[in-house]
Amino acid sequence: MADGPAATTAPQEAYNAVIRFGLGMSLAAPRPPIDPRGWLSRQLSEPDPEAGRPTDDGGTLAIMAARKIDRDRNLAGTDSHLRPLVETNEARFVRHALTTDLPFRERLVWLWGNHLTVSKRSSNAAPFIAPFFREVIRPHAAGQFGSMLLAAVRHPAMLLYLDNTNSIGPNSTSGRRHNRGLNENLAREILELMTVGRDAGYTQADVTAFAKILTGWRISSDQGFAFDKAAHEPGWKTVMGRTYPEGEEGGIAILQHLADHPATHRRLAQRLVRHFCSHVIPGDVGRIEACLRDTRGNLGIAALVTTQLAAAWQPPLSRIRSPMDYAVACLRALHGTGATADLAASLRILGQPLWSAPQPTGWPDEDQYWVAPEAVLRRVDWAHTIAGRVRSSVEPGAIAEAALGPFLSAATLSEIRKAGSRQDALGLLLAATEFLRR
Amino acid sequence: MTHNHQTLSRRTTILGLTAAWALGGSSLAVAQTALPADRRFVVILLRGGMDGLAVVAPYGDPALRLLRPKLALPDPSAADGLQDLGGFFGLHPALSHLGDLYRQGDMLVAHAVASPYRSRSHFEAQDLLELGAADASIARPASGWLARTLAEISQTRAIAMGMAPSLLLLGGRNVTTHGFSPLAVPHEDFYARVSALHQHDPLTGPALTAAFRGRRSEQEASARRTEPAERDRGSFPALARLAGELLATPDGARIAALELGGWDTHASQELRLPLALRQLDAGILALKDGLKDHWQRTTILVMSEFGRTARENGTSGTDHGTAGAALLIGGAVAGGRVIGTWPGLSPEKLFEGRDLAPTTDIRSLAIAVLRTQLGLTPPATERIFPGTRNDSGLAGLFRA
Repeated sequence: MADGPAATTAPQEAYNAVIRFGLGMSLAAPRPPIDPRGWLSRQLSEPDPEAGRPTDDGGTLAIMAARKIDRDRNLAGTDSHLRPLVETNEARFVRHALTTDLPFRERLVWLWGNHLTVSKRSSNAAPFIAPFFREVIRPHAAGQFGSMLLAAVRHPAMLLYLDNTNSIGPNSTSGRRHNRGLNENLAREILELMTVGRDAGYTQADVTAFAKILTGWRISSDQGFAFDKAAHEPGWKTVMGRTYPEGEEGGIAILQHLADHPATHRRLAQRLVRHFCSHVIPGDVGRIEACLRDTRGNLGIAALVTTQLAAAWQPPLSRIRSPMDYAVACLRALHGTGATADLAASLRILGQPLWSAPQPTGWPDEDQYWVAPEAVLRRVDWAHTIAGRVRSSVEPGAIAEAALGPFLSAATLSEIRKAGSRQDALGLLLAATEFLRR
Repeated sequence: MTHNHQTLSRRTTILGLTAAWALGGSSLAVAQTALPADRRFVVILLRGGMDGLAVVAPYGDPALRLLRPKLALPDPSAADGLQDLGGFFGLHPALSHLGDLYRQGDMLVAHAVASPYRSRSHFEAQDLLELGAADASIARPASGWLARTLAEISQTRAIAMGMAPSLLLLGGRNVTTHGFSPLAVPHEDFYARVSALHQHDPLTGPALTAAFRGRRSEQEASARRTEPAERDRGSFPALARLAGELLATPDGARIAALELGGWDTHASQELRLPLALRQLDAGILALKDGLKDHWQRTTILVMSEFGRTARENGTSGTDHGTAGAALLIGGAVAGGRVIGTWPGLSPEKLFEGRDLAPTTDIRSLAIAVLRTQLGLTPPATERIFPGTRNDSGLAGLFRA
């Protein structure tokens, strides 16, 4: 048996594109792209077929209405109106992940959804997460960051997750009447996590002032979002040396300012580089940051420039797949073979429960985080279990070559061929080091 | 795996989305280090903000029933009422084993305790509790206070059970993880072949080696589980028993950190809180059982990131508050009492008009353990808890 990668007919760059930038080869479309760079670029210019509006089936307004019915009539379990909507939404998201032919676009949706994390850890926000992805992230993942940020801060998912819907200006009409107060969560996380970051040097007073600007930004059952003047803190507010007027316009203005801030561009650039590159080169971050500055925050162009970075391509397979990446890649590689799995249940077992990041910081983009010993062993166990469900008579070696192409090592292929059962063979493929990486 | 998945789904349906975290949200970390007088120290983090006013209810305070007309439980005189803790406070009936421990003098309650920072955000408050921070607005410590404790004691090896190490031990040396996998375990030969494929990978290779080692030691420490609460091997009682056993092993672990979720009772608290309490109760019992004779030298500190609002809300629950209750449990504890200064629940006494006012810094409890049980003194305790130079820790909490 010769050393070195097994011979295939597809060039490395094509497989690299699908694995590093996409979601892994799908057995449903087992031919790698002939023009990898064009394939990536085209995915940025097409509209996201899964983008939606609050008025859609299962959209924000439908979720609101169902939630209200459940509450008013005290419904739960099989009587719940909300539960089937939530389940349908989640199933749709999962199905799309497993079947999309715009995987680079999808990866960016996950990336920006993680940047603007809303987590199921908040049971109030949880039903709104699927609509959040459709209405906030998808329409803007290849568009303007400022638009995405504004849509995010107005969305019930975010307003509930970070407790803004009950934040009342102390001197507002409602505040004076009810002796209820400010909640600084949303303001703090916008500054710290979503935009400029701690290094920009804002103070606690800035956080408080920003929180006052956002008072009155609440959920409404009719529109999803409504500005409630009675809850809004009156007066002008100063944040990081700039003053903002009273009213909803103050909030819109500061969000646009933060979205356009160089520190924000730097953090967005760092996100892209940290996610796609083998290692972080300051010059690469600078290049993307400049691109964001020049385009006033266009995430699509920034993503395109990312695909032009050498460190995004070399060395291949130098990053560890997150559990979400890993599970989706495995299931795509086994598409149509009978090996299905409940992705949500699998992700719980693998340590990255769907939409359930423990903190507003989201899931870290660091390989070290994902290689805790038990976490790696779980992948091995899960791989073996999934492999046991393959029904068809497709030959494991063929699946391996279709999934990995030139990245399939001779050692792995040899083990696959020597394996005592189809389950073992495919389990070895999915548990191999080249499958755990991208 | 299929069976487990269906079970989890059914639970989630009945109890709502937060139930998944109530049942699945536990982990264990242990550290091997020598403590003075062969003592043991366990920290249990209750994530979500435990309602101190419900768990240790001040039934003797007339304001309680006005603030919580629905949620306040009957007095100790009633059959289904609180367990009396000395005439003013009552322990929630779901904590029956802890009630026994209290009566035996093995449990002490500290009430109206809070961290020094004011944050009603779970994430931030939990982080700051685990990191041992003095203040939310200044730079956070980069390590957990328990990790710093380990560093002050000696070179130690920490093992975290569960998927991700908790922040308490962040920065601690050599943290490896074990866990209870709900999946069927493949045969040994499969593992051997997989191992071979990873031998040259600088990240996954060592991870797998450590994982196999962890699996073996976990299997050695486990006995047959007979308690129903421990049948789910990843559950809090099961992990707590394992912790006890590891702490009882000669030359084994001496410090453990456990966590238990399910305390964020914004709604239907009368149903949800007992679920979490029963887990805690069963867990402490299992921990004690695992420790065997070492219970006499054990201190368990049970803490949560904040308490909850004094008033019940419109959904039969409570919201994020400030002061709450913490517990010190173990044979080393001079228990059978409730310590702290009770601020009262009348409207003008509430913190910001809504919460139980804090009168004791929760770090003082921890510092008392560090000084009395772990033999640490300032400046070590100040390195562990920045900003506590003048805090000598509460006195008289432990048996001589």
